[in-house]
Amino acid sequence: MAAIGILGYGAYIPRRRMSRDAIYHAVGWAQPSLRTLASGRRAFAAWDEDAITMGVEAARRALRDLQISPDALCLASTTAPFLDRQNAGVIAAALDLSERIRTFDMAGSQRAAVSALIAACNSATETTIIAAAEKRPVKAASVLEMASADAGAAVVVGCGEPIAEFLGSASVRADFVDHYRTAQSGADYAYEERWVREAGVLPLTSKAIGAVLADTGVGVKAISTLIAPMANFRLARSIAIAAGLSPGAVQDVLTENCGVAGAAHPLLMLSAALDKARAGDLLLLIGFGQGCDAALLRVTAKIAPERALVARMLEGGATETNYLKFLAASGRLDIEWGMRAERDNRTAQTVAFNKSRDIYGFVGGLCTQCQTPQFPKSRRCVNPECAALDKQEDYRFADRNGVIKTFTEDHLAFTREPPLVYGNISFDGGGNVFMEMADFASGEARIGGAVEMRFRIKDVDETRGFHRYFWKAAPAAGGAGG
Amino acid sequence: MAEGIRDKVAVIGMGCTKFGERWDASPEDLVTEAFEEALADARVDRADIEAGWFGVFYDEQNVGKSAYPLSQYLRLPNIPMTRVENLCATGTEALRGAVYAVAAGACDIAVAVGCEKLKDTGFAGLPERTKGTFEDLYQPNFTPPGAFAQLAAAYTAKHRLDMGDLKRAMAHVSWKSHENGAVNPKAHLRRKISIDQALNAPMVAYPLGVLDCCGVSDGAACAIVARPEIARQMGCDRFVAVKALQLAPSNGIEMGHRSWDGAHTLTTRKAVARAYAEAGISNPLADISLTEVHDCFSITELVLMEDLGLSREGGAVADILDGRYDAAGDIPCQIDGGLKCFGHPIGASGLRMTYEIYQQLLGRAGERQLQSPKFGLAHNLGGIPNRNIAAVSIFGLSG
Repeated sequence: MAAIGILGYGAYIPRRRMSRDAIYHAVGWAQPSLRTLASGRRAFAAWDEDAITMGVEAARRALRDLQISPDALCLASTTAPFLDRQNAGVIAAALDLSERIRTFDMAGSQRAAVSALIAACNSATETTIIAAAEKRPVKAASVLEMASADAGAAVVVGCGEPIAEFLGSASVRADFVDHYRTAQSGADYAYEERWVREAGVLPLTSKAIGAVLADTGVGVKAISTLIAPMANFRLARSIAIAAGLSPGAVQDVLTENCGVAGAAHPLLMLSAALDKARAGDLLLLIGFGQGCDAALLRVTAKIAPERALVARMLEGGATETNYLKFLAASGRLDIEWGMRAERDNRTAQTVAFNKSRDIYGFVGGLCTQCQTPQFPKSRRCVNPECAALDKQEDYRFADRNGVIKTFTEDHLAFTREPPLVYGNISFDGGGNVFMEMADFASGEARIGGAVEMRFRIKDVDETRGFHRYFWKAAPAAGGAGG
Repeated sequence: MAEGIRDKVAVIGMGCTKFGERWDASPEDLVTEAFEEALADARVDRADIEAGWFGVFYDEQNVGKSAYPLSQYLRLPNIPMTRVENLCATGTEALRGAVYAVAAGACDIAVAVGCEKLKDTGFAGLPERTKGTFEDLYQPNFTPPGAFAQLAAAYTAKHRLDMGDLKRAMAHVSWKSHENGAVNPKAHLRRKISIDQALNAPMVAYPLGVLDCCGVSDGAACAIVARPEIARQMGCDRFVAVKALQLAPSNGIEMGHRSWDGAHTLTTRKAVARAYAEAGISNPLADISLTEVHDCFSITELVLMEDLGLSREGGAVADILDGRYDAAGDIPCQIDGGLKCFGHPIGASGLRMTYEIYQQLLGRAGERQLQSPKFGLAHNLGGIPNRNIAAVSIFGLSG
């Protein structure tokens, strides 16, 4: 029987993990109190990742096994790269979704993604994919630098045979300024933690939880899992106790190997919870930020067994101990990059628009005469035995893996994370593309190595404050990649 | 089948500047230096030159666009002049224009000049450039060493070679060119190096170290070409004749089709096959006495020995280590130091190669003179292994 709820989910945690102990060693001279937080690793985005690229990766994972063409796509983020250029539109282009899809951005609060999820469930005549991603700006030597993470997560919501049925929701509004961020402030300006807990988090979450349980007629003890995206597990546990839930129901907040990924964190924790959920489980999802959203979900028999998508990403990753590299990845350290960094990366928007499917969708051509895949699509087939004119149909490379045919690690070329790794990728099923690579540690690339495609920032136009995207070859899943 | 260019055009005069970091020389100085040497060599009057071709690659770095600068520097009487550009094959492209014009009978005497002023960038290596509004959106931000380094990785995979073994042959390539450059007064880099220095040089783009890379230089070179009858009228019984001039640009196979293995330059193989046919050479190992190839990087020269049919497939490493391409070997390669040490002012390079072969054929190469060379082969590769312009020219004495 058709029901409304979550049809699919996906998550993305960047490969790079900063050792919190290494952060403490770099900044502890200024903030000795950070020592209490100096354990585990926090996930951080590479220079070429942002809320759009992480949103793309989470969304394509959520859609991977679904035979669904969504009606709407939303990016929920407080750190979307463009203030006035729809960010969700870039994600839809990267996923090569239908031209008729409705795209929109949700922003302004840490609960943006949960609010979007509730709105989508309440109007589930449409299938909506909600991608949430965050690349959080933090100040050096701040608590947030230790506690935050860059990551993405996504859910597909609609009417059908959900893996988790939406039972109801409740919201409480309150202009409670535990923190804020403006263009002027740059990073979050956060208020005292004890006040936040006592006057904000506990009363507001209790109200929302009480309301959703009353509305749905579900007993507080029936809740299997409380998904409370808080800065630490202690605070999440306090919410459970204050609301009368079993302390054993509190979901891990992913501190050890990730950190709190802002507006993406509720969906990231939800993904981790769905990984472990069994049919019949009741999940209580919280979104907190200037008020509180609470949504109740019941896991159905459609949930697949044996999933550890988030757990695998948490355990993997590459640990970084060089604090300066961590700073450089987020643009907080502007070192001397040399004259090659002066190259003018002006984008011809006329061309970028005409070639949007080529570049964002990574759509090339398949010659219908000789079945040769090729990128970019061209008027005449590249196969020397064929050369047929105007016989190519669309052929998407983004979801195809390949192997490294040639490569180099270039120390001369400009990149914000030298060396620049690039080479020829031979695609499974045919096609060769000379392209940049991502997430390869020095010495990791090898001829014949398997790669998969990742949507990343290609070039930054410092002069005009613009940047453009393309796909890069990353180590295929099964490697160390996140 | 077309007749081809063999023996239809004589090279009657050549000039080449000293290559190097010519901080104090303007493009006008370099062009004048090369042209005046060629003019004196050709023993013709300036006024007898009827058309000109000017090879310049980086116009934004150099003299701007068009052939106007050449016309202005030479102060010739408004004769037709054309600027040509075909990446690193630009110098040969200028020569091709002049040779074809003479062969076609459009003029009796023509001049080809190539000039590049690379040392005005303020940094080592070649200037950054756009690849066009579409390709900038997806092409990797490669550098030339990074793009050519790909050959080495693919070559080891294809021939199941250890990178260390390949690196030793590459080091021999660089060592040999430094030996040759050391005795060439016009060469940019004249210091000898050891194999160990080449092997242990700082990494630029894996596996290419800095001594695997050619010099980035300022310089100009010039050729004056004429109908053979004119050379004879001038009393030359034996002159240098163009035997073949072939060009093969990529058509996208390397970039977009899986058939290319990444370990050879496809276009060189196409161009050289046509060039040998045009020159009437059926056994290059016996007939080619010297080569000037596009050794922008040591690995390039190594794979080119196979692409030109001088080493068998997979055999270049052994041939190089055996000394076949050394100054005292069977077929010396880069007897003048090559791009590696003579230097690589892009627009001039094809003409510089021609200049050395011309000197060798006429027995004027001084300390580096080879014994009775028969044919000399010049090869340019403009671009990168993934997409390039290969130019092959062959020269020999007339008659």
